[in-house]
Amino acid sequence: MAAADVQNFNPTVFSKSSSRAVTESELDEAATDPIDDREVFDHLRCIKDPEHPLTLEELNVLDRDHVRVGDDGIDVEFTPTIPHCSMATLIGLSIRVKLIRVLPARLKVRVAVTPGTHVSEGAINKQLADKERVTAALENNHLLEVVNQCLAAHD
Amino acid sequence: MGQLKEVSCLNGHTDRVWNVSWNPTGTTLATCGGDKTVRLWGQEGDSWVCKTILQDNHQRTVRSTAWSPCGNLLATVSFDATVGIWDRRSGEFECNATLEGHENEVKSVAWAPSGKLLATCGRDKTVWIWEISEEDEFECASVLHAHTQDVKKVLWHPNLPILMSCSYDDTIKIHKEDGDDWTSFQTLESHTSTVWSIDFDSTGERMVSCSDDMTVKIWQAYQPGNKEGIQTTGKDATWKNLCTLSGYHSRTIYDVSWCKLTGLIATAGGDDKLCVFEEEVDSTGPTFVLSTAITRAHNEDVNSVEWNPKVTGLLASSSDSGDVKIWQYSV
Repeated sequence: MAAADVQNFNPTVFSKSSSRAVTESELDEAATDPIDDREVFDHLRCIKDPEHPLTLEELNVLDRDHVRVGDDGIDVEFTPTIPHCSMATLIGLSIRVKLIRVLPARLKVRVAVTPGTHVSEGAINKQLADKERVTAALENNHLLEVVNQCLAAHD
Repeated sequence: MGQLKEVSCLNGHTDRVWNVSWNPTGTTLATCGGDKTVRLWGQEGDSWVCKTILQDNHQRTVRSTAWSPCGNLLATVSFDATVGIWDRRSGEFECNATLEGHENEVKSVAWAPSGKLLATCGRDKTVWIWEISEEDEFECASVLHAHTQDVKKVLWHPNLPILMSCSYDDTIKIHKEDGDDWTSFQTLESHTSTVWSIDFDSTGERMVSCSDDMTVKIWQAYQPGNKEGIQTTGKDATWKNLCTLSGYHSRTIYDVSWCKLTGLIATAGGDDKLCVFEEEVDSTGPTFVLSTAITRAHNEDVNSVEWNPKVTGLLASSSDSGDVKIWQYSV
């Protein structure tokens, strides 16, 4: 993306969290380990920002406390770096696509803007919650390519 | 209390199944979805089997289908922005017309009871009315821009020449022919999020709607001169929200079907659940109560539900998990 299009020139960069310690029970093939907050967070934290060579974790767009696994599904809230960020829907879509790909389909997912952090949070949340529009968006090859770039493994 | 018993689980689609639609005689079920195909299912002995697959016509998801009142034509609408018209008068289903005009995803299609008009709607916020000539030619009669957002579904009134549409803009709108053109003359506001689907009861005097706000609403038509004193304009009825059913679904309600034979209302939810409501009349007037619910009707979101038009209590549903189920309701 051309530098002139970058909206937030100088974002605050946060430190990455350390790798998760592997517990003994996880090494036990016979044990049942349910999906937990940290596991979902680990799937998401390396997603790249659409305009910076940084991850959503480094930009504090995602943090562990805003990823919750409940009885009724998975709830992810993300915080755009600036309140009028035009990339917010794309970031939310990338999070949704990543979750669709890594989690079992039976799990319900909600992806929404952290309350009070974006001027159009209602409109963004409604769009991200509309699976028909999300499905249609992902049939658009250009958009899918942009999403895939955000999801590509990051060094 | 009633109960729903699973009669058959139909597998074949390789992606999400968006819609189910019974033909007018109730002998064939059309299903469609993310695998870009339409499947036609029929009964053989005790089981339901796939009789025909319609494919290679749409380039993207087939969102929904609708049978003409005569049962010989099937309209299919797709995210590829086109409408396919399939004809089986030659014996086999053939796609003999493709209607173009929508800018992007077409979401719903409906035939008028006369079979002479077709309505389509889509993400470009428009509703299109197509006229069908004697030679089976489809001509655009009007493009309605009444909604401010994505239009999810269109439905013709069973007796009157009016069309209903519901939208991502949270409203239901009513359209009619006005001289040479079509106009939108009434907006029903009450839902607080996307209205996904609507259906009429057998008389056409009432309508049911379902929404992302997780409620089901019953609407009543008040005719001019009604005894309740509801104001009307000209010869048109005024539609008002009669009651709201809430607390039955915990996620978006994607579809609703009002059985013309039994008066039962079935709802399909993003919580994998199917509910059936029945009407009870007491001294205070009509109320709708839950007759039965299947908590895990499918393994994923239930997208569509429709009562068979001829066989009492036979219900079809479809899901994101790719399967279609047929249920029998009994008391």
